[in-house]
Amino acid sequence: MNKLELISALKTDADISKAEAAEVVQIFFDAMTDALVQGDRVEIRGLCSFFVKEYKSYTGRNPKTGEKVTIKPKKLPFFKCGKELKERVDYK
Amino acid sequence: MTLTKADIVDTITERLGYSKVKSSETVETVLEIIKDSLEEGDDVLISGFGKLCVKDKAARKGRNPATGADLMLDKRRVVTFKSSTILRNKVNEK
Repeated sequence: MNKLELISALKTDADISKAEAAEVVQIFFDAMTDALVQGDRVEIRGLCSFFVKEYKSYTGRNPKTGEKVTIKPKKLPFFKCGKELKERVDYK
Repeated sequence: MTLTKADIVDTITERLGYSKVKSSETVETVLEIIKDSLEEGDDVLISGFGKLCVKDKAARKGRNPATGADLMLDKRRVVTFKSSTILRNKVNEK
């Protein structure tokens, strides 16, 4: 499912216009993006939480050539699956 | 500061002029659609944000760390997240 399909499904399920559905979806993901950019945590009960994890510089290797490369410090959004989602997705 | 569902509901109330109840219901509907899709085994791809993927994990041998006893861990299905390059770059900007 992609963003457009999510918008269509929301239009139908929530019985709102397509433009409104698009705006709701946009607000939802923009809010999460902005929070992560600020370094804030995101916690959506039942779905997931996100926080930004900082990685220090380290020496890695190019898996193809075996060459050593220095990886600069970086930040990555780290995802943690929520309890309800975890239980629903896993085999029963 | 942690961003929660309530913050998103407030923004929607403000920007779309919905009642608080309608905003809250709409957000719950979004969550329900995403969860349904993942439950069906269908990945959710949000361009500019990232991809929520459903992954099958094979059964494997584990160990009870407390007792050291061997045990089999069942196969399971989990959700993983792959950040989009756009989001990753934004997070690293500052």
